[in-house]
Amino acid sequence: MDLLEHQAKQLFREVGVPIPIGILSTSPTEAATAASTLGFPVAIKAQIPFGGRGKAGGIKIVDSTEAAESAASEILGSDIKGFSVGSVLVESGVKIAEEFYLAIMVDRGAKVPRVVFSEQGGVDIELLALTSPDMIRSVELDAFVGLRPYHIHQLLDPVGLAELTSAVFKIASRLYELFVSRDCLLVEINPLVKTESGTIVALDAKLTIDDNSRYRQHGLEAFEEELKIPQAELAAGELGLNYVHLEGDIGVIGNGAGLVMATLDLVSDAGGDPANFLDVGGGASAAQVSGGLRIVLGEPGVKAVLINIFGGITRCEEVAQGISNVVDEHNGTLPVPVVVRLAGNGAEEGLKMANALPVETRPTLEEAAKRVVAVSETGGSK
Amino acid sequence: MSVLVDASTKVIVQGLTGHEGSFHAQRMIACGTQVVGGVTPGKGGTEEVGLPVFDTVEEAVRKTGASASVIFVPAPFAYDAILEASDSLQTVVCVTEGVPVKDMMIARRLIHQKKVSLVGPNCPGIVCPKAKVNIGIMPESIFTPGPVGVVSRSGTLTYEIVNDLTLEGIGQSTCIGIGGDPIPGTTFIEALAAFESDDDTKAVIMIGEIGGDEEEKAAEFAAENLSKPLVAYIAGFSAPPGKKMGHAGAIVSQGKGTAASKKAVLESKGIPVASTPVGIVKAVRSVLG
Repeated sequence: MDLLEHQAKQLFREVGVPIPIGILSTSPTEAATAASTLGFPVAIKAQIPFGGRGKAGGIKIVDSTEAAESAASEILGSDIKGFSVGSVLVESGVKIAEEFYLAIMVDRGAKVPRVVFSEQGGVDIELLALTSPDMIRSVELDAFVGLRPYHIHQLLDPVGLAELTSAVFKIASRLYELFVSRDCLLVEINPLVKTESGTIVALDAKLTIDDNSRYRQHGLEAFEEELKIPQAELAAGELGLNYVHLEGDIGVIGNGAGLVMATLDLVSDAGGDPANFLDVGGGASAAQVSGGLRIVLGEPGVKAVLINIFGGITRCEEVAQGISNVVDEHNGTLPVPVVVRLAGNGAEEGLKMANALPVETRPTLEEAAKRVVAVSETGGSK
Repeated sequence: MSVLVDASTKVIVQGLTGHEGSFHAQRMIACGTQVVGGVTPGKGGTEEVGLPVFDTVEEAVRKTGASASVIFVPAPFAYDAILEASDSLQTVVCVTEGVPVKDMMIARRLIHQKKVSLVGPNCPGIVCPKAKVNIGIMPESIFTPGPVGVVSRSGTLTYEIVNDLTLEGIGQSTCIGIGGDPIPGTTFIEALAAFESDDDTKAVIMIGEIGGDEEEKAAEFAAENLSKPLVAYIAGFSAPPGKKMGHAGAIVSQGKGTAASKKAVLESKGIPVASTPVGIVKAVRSVLG
């Protein structure tokens, strides 16, 4: 779960990471009032759960109430990379002397937490990693020990920033506290700013919470609601299914993440464009399969659907029953061609059931993928 | 011989009294696995599917002589179950999905210290067809004994490929499902090292997917340390960046961990990469000669 900036900053505030004074606004009028309360200049910042918003016009610095109102009305409701902006953070302007980058993240490769620092902040860190990798310095941490002052010395002293280590350590140790207490995969400040008066402030905030820890991370419901998770993903989640929206027109349903990914690959290889990833998981019930099929059929622009099941603990009869339920709801038909491939546990019985339905069956994954691409173009025969 | 487990392996089931635990305990026994008991805190002294239930792993091991454990407890209890098992056992398989990454960072450090082999979490388990050992949830009917070691991050994709191997008359030595989490207990490298020292394994199939760099590191390792031929399958060529494809670990982030970049690294180390189940069967057939 990737938090919005103001959400992350709320958590920063709770642990004492210094941030500029800011007011969240959802209308241009609110933003204008917020701006005049704070005094100028202020930054008007689009709240979106991913980076690159500066380049996309999502941040404006303004000097008057009128300018604040018009900047907010431009940003609010605009579409940035498919996310409709619902709120702006109006934030007091900061006189920047220097900009740094500071993050704590899970290092998958080393399987430990890692603290990362760059004396070049405020830029695209991934780009910097490619163009000037020596500008990014990092230290592996031991989960049993945590972050110690010497780690920050290792990062700052060699680049001539020794006088900042105690101020940066104070912030970094609070970030680490947040990283642990909130089960984060990433906590990032870019830029971490040294102001003209010499204080250190987190100008931006990015935070990713591990989805696996949701059972013990409480009070995130309001954040989640604001993140506007697509309806289809929410509906799938409620059914215990895993749904990811993609851009194409062929719906794909399968059991097991790896197998669904492999199915998407074969559809793509056959010249098709998958509309989604939908994993019904292990041991799916007929109701779950029906629910999944309804979600996929309900997505606009889906021209055909491929259902690929390799039954282990999942039984193919259950899957066929799930399809059959949806056929019944559509008075014995399906709105778009559906190609079904069933193998493994219960395949024989499942196929018998599927062959009585208005779907096409194919014996192998490769054939099924080719067929669904063909029928998505022609509309199918059955 | 086989990898991690053999015919003498005695298994306890943590979470035996749960729906999944009891179902798979019976299934594992039917496959020939020596399941000797189970653990459910608070239910010690009772019986489940004809097996004794103990309160703690320590007691279960002491009274049954178990050498391995398989974990089916719900996610909030899995970390505790892993730590408890690694106090008393050398081999632990965690089927449970949804263990927090932070817990796995600590668990991995501990199991290394104790020299415990943890497979999973979020994994389908281990199958050794020749020794008739099936620990986890993999369907026994698709396996047949033979020379190919299989190690995989995915469950059902493994079934698909193993099934194709069996239909083509190519049997398996041991199949290890390491699971789809970002921080697994056993990595590809550790599995390849185990296959290297297994006399029954003549070639290895590695089934990987997008996310992380374990496949790349395994390729480096194999080039130096694996004398047996290795072929690979990578899932997720069509996956867009920034979207988590079902598995917690399957995400292309910051431009890293794409299927194409993995394929390029593997091929540069002389490891053939297939992108269809049919392709991987052909590839392994050609290396077996």
